[in-house]
Amino acid sequence: MTEPATTGPGGPLLIEPGMGMPLLQVNELHVRIGTRRGVVRAVDGVSLAVGAGEAVGVVGESGSGKSMMLRAIMGLLPPEAEITDGQVLLDGVDLTQLDNSQLNKLRGPRMAMIFQEPMSALNPVMRVGPQIAEGPLVHLGLGRAAAAQRALELMRRVGIPDPERRFRSFPHEFSGGMRQRVMIAIALSCEPQLILCDEPTTALDVTIQDQILRLLTRLCRESGTSLIFVTHDLPVVAQVCQRLAVMYAGRIVERGTVQEVLTQPCHPYTLGLVRSAPDVDHPRASLAAIPGSPPSLITPPSGCRFHPRCKFAEEDCTTDEPPLRVLRSGRATACLHYERTQDVQPLGAER
Amino acid sequence: MSAAPPVASAPVGQPPPDSDAAPLLAATGLKVSFPLAAGLIARLRHDVQVLHAVDGVDMTIGRGQALALVGESGSGKSTLARALAGLQRTDAGEIRLAGRVLPARRNSADQRKIQMVFQDPYSSLNPRLTVGGMLHELLRVHHVVPRGEVESHTRELLGLVGLSEDAVHAYPRQFSGGQRQRVAIARALALQPELLLADEPVSALDVSVQATILNLIQDLRAELGLTLLLISHNLAVVRHMCDTVAVMYLGRIIEVAPTEKLFAAPGHPYTAGLIAAIPRLTFSEEGDAPAVRGDPPSPLRIPTGCRFRTRCPIAQAICEREDPALAVSPGDPAHSAACHFAFAPVPPPRSPADEKATA
Repeated sequence: MTEPATTGPGGPLLIEPGMGMPLLQVNELHVRIGTRRGVVRAVDGVSLAVGAGEAVGVVGESGSGKSMMLRAIMGLLPPEAEITDGQVLLDGVDLTQLDNSQLNKLRGPRMAMIFQEPMSALNPVMRVGPQIAEGPLVHLGLGRAAAAQRALELMRRVGIPDPERRFRSFPHEFSGGMRQRVMIAIALSCEPQLILCDEPTTALDVTIQDQILRLLTRLCRESGTSLIFVTHDLPVVAQVCQRLAVMYAGRIVERGTVQEVLTQPCHPYTLGLVRSAPDVDHPRASLAAIPGSPPSLITPPSGCRFHPRCKFAEEDCTTDEPPLRVLRSGRATACLHYERTQDVQPLGAER
Repeated sequence: MSAAPPVASAPVGQPPPDSDAAPLLAATGLKVSFPLAAGLIARLRHDVQVLHAVDGVDMTIGRGQALALVGESGSGKSTLARALAGLQRTDAGEIRLAGRVLPARRNSADQRKIQMVFQDPYSSLNPRLTVGGMLHELLRVHHVVPRGEVESHTRELLGLVGLSEDAVHAYPRQFSGGQRQRVAIARALALQPELLLADEPVSALDVSVQATILNLIQDLRAELGLTLLLISHNLAVVRHMCDTVAVMYLGRIIEVAPTEKLFAAPGHPYTAGLIAAIPRLTFSEEGDAPAVRGDPPSPLRIPTGCRFRTRCPIAQAICEREDPALAVSPGDPAHSAACHFAFAPVPPPRSPADEKATA
C-alpha cells in the first residue's frame, strides 16, 4: 500500500505503508442531523482506517461528532440522523448500503460496541447470564446449554467473581465497573473483529477505570481484536491506543501515532488540548486554556473551523478550508500554519 | 476522636494565619448517616439499614489554604462538604469556624462565610432569574453592600469572574457551560465568603473550558485571599490546584499530606493505588495487574478493622482486628495516614494463603 494522495477536504485515508488492507475503512463520511433550528453537520467528511489488531483512538470534545461517527459505523444512528455521503467498508463490504437485517448479521460476530453507560445499554429485566449467552445462541448457532457455558466462561474471562451465582443476577445488582465488564463480555461473546468503544470508562472511578482499561487492552491483544476508542480524555487514549485521530467540529484535524501526536502536536487545537489539561507527571504554574467554546455545527465558521479560537490564525485561515495533508508517513494535519505549533513545548517544563 | 486533630493545622506555603491561632474551619468527630427506606416490618423491628456516609471525620483548614478532598464515588466527600456548608444535618461531631462552634441551625452571618460551587451549573442556578436579579437579591437580603451600591457591586462581581456587563440581563440558559460556572462562582463570591467549597467544579465542562475555570479559581484565590476546599476525583486537577490533599475512603479521611509529599511518598496503600491508577499521557508498560483491585465495599457493610483491607495489597491479620486511627508521621507533622503500616516498614506481600483467609 503506497502513501495515498490527498482526497479533498476530508483528507487522505488513514492507511499506513505495509499495513495491508485495513479491516475497516471509512471514506469521506458525512452524517447530518435534522433539528428544528437547522441541519447539524455532525460528521463532515471523515476518513479513517483501522488495521487488524490495531487500537485507534478518536479524541474530541462533546459535539465534535466522534460518537456520531461511531454510531454511523455501527448502523445505530438515531432516527433524525442520516449518512448523506461516504462509505464504511468492513472487509471490503460497504455497510452504508446494507439494510437493518443484513447489519444485524454483522453486529455481534463482526463488530460490537461498548457504551459509556452500561445501565442504559443492558436489558434491565433480563438476567445477566442469558444476555451474554444471547449472541452465541443467535449468531454462533450454539445450543442453550453450550451458550450458557460460553457465557460463564466469558464472565470468568472479564473477571466477574463467582460467575455461577452472578449468572442469574440482574444488571441493577451489579456495580458500575461490573456492569461494564458485562458489556465487555457481551461485546466479546461472538468474537468480533472490531470493537467500537464510546467513552467506556468516563462514568467510572479512576481505580475502576484502570481495571477496565487493562482488561480491555489485554483481551483485545489476546484475541487480535481491533478497537476504535472514542473519548475526550487524552491520557486514557495514551494507555489504550497506538494511533490517534483528533476531531474538531465534525472533522479530523490531526492524526498520527499516539506518542507523536501527544508529544509534538501539529495542530493548534491538539496543542491546546494537551496544554489545557493538568498533567500529574508534568505540573505547571498555570494552564493554557483554549479561549471561546466549540462552534455550532449548523453554521460552522468559514475556512478553518478552529480559527476563531486559534492564536496562530492568519487571514487565509478565515477563508480557506484546510485539507488534512500528510506531513510524513502516518502523520497528517489540517492546519495551514502547523509549523508555528512546533516551537511550543506541549508538556510541562514551565514551572 | 481527639479534640485537637493533629492534621494539616498549618497552611502550607501560605502566609501565617491572622491574630487568632484557630484554623478557619475545624471539624471533629463528624458523622452523617442516612437511614435507608425500609418496609413497615423492618421499621417495626427497628432493623432499618443505616448508611454511614461520613463516619467520624476530623479535619482542619487553615486560613488561605487550598485543601483537596479526593476519593471514589460513594466515599462521602460530597456529603462531608455539604455538612461543612451547613446544607446537611450531622449526627455527631462539631464544626468550628475560626474557633467558634457552629450551631446546627446557622444564622445568616455564619451561612455567608462558607459558600459552595456545585458540579452542575445547569441545575444549581435558578432558571427564572436573570443573573443580575439573582445577584441583586443576594446582596440585598444579606445586606452585603448599602442599597445604593447594589448595582455597581453586581457589575464588579461579574467583572471579577470574567463576564461582561451584558450578563446582568441574561438568564442562565443563555450561557455556555463554562460561563454558567462563572455565574455560579460570582453567586458564591457575592456573599464575601471566607471559605469556598467547590464540589467537582469542572467535571461537567468540556476539556478545553475546564482550564479557564481552574485558572479563574486560582486567580480569585490569589486576589481575594480565599480559602479553598476543592472536591475532585481528578488527581491531576488536585495536584495543580491545592497545597494539601485529604483522601477519603468509605466515610473516613485515611490520609492527609502536603500535595507534593502525597504524590512522592503516599503513606496509605489506597492513596498509592489511586495515584498509580491515574492514566498518564506518556505510556508506561506496567503489565495487566490493576493498581487497586476490586470494587469499593458498600457503605452499608463497612468491613471490620481497617476498611480498606478487603482491597489492600499488604493487609495482615491485625488489619482485620484493629481499625487504624489517623496517625501523624514521625518525620512530618503535616502528614498523617490511617494505616497500621503507613510509617512503619512495609510487611511482606501477603501469600495466597492469607488471600483466601481474608477473601
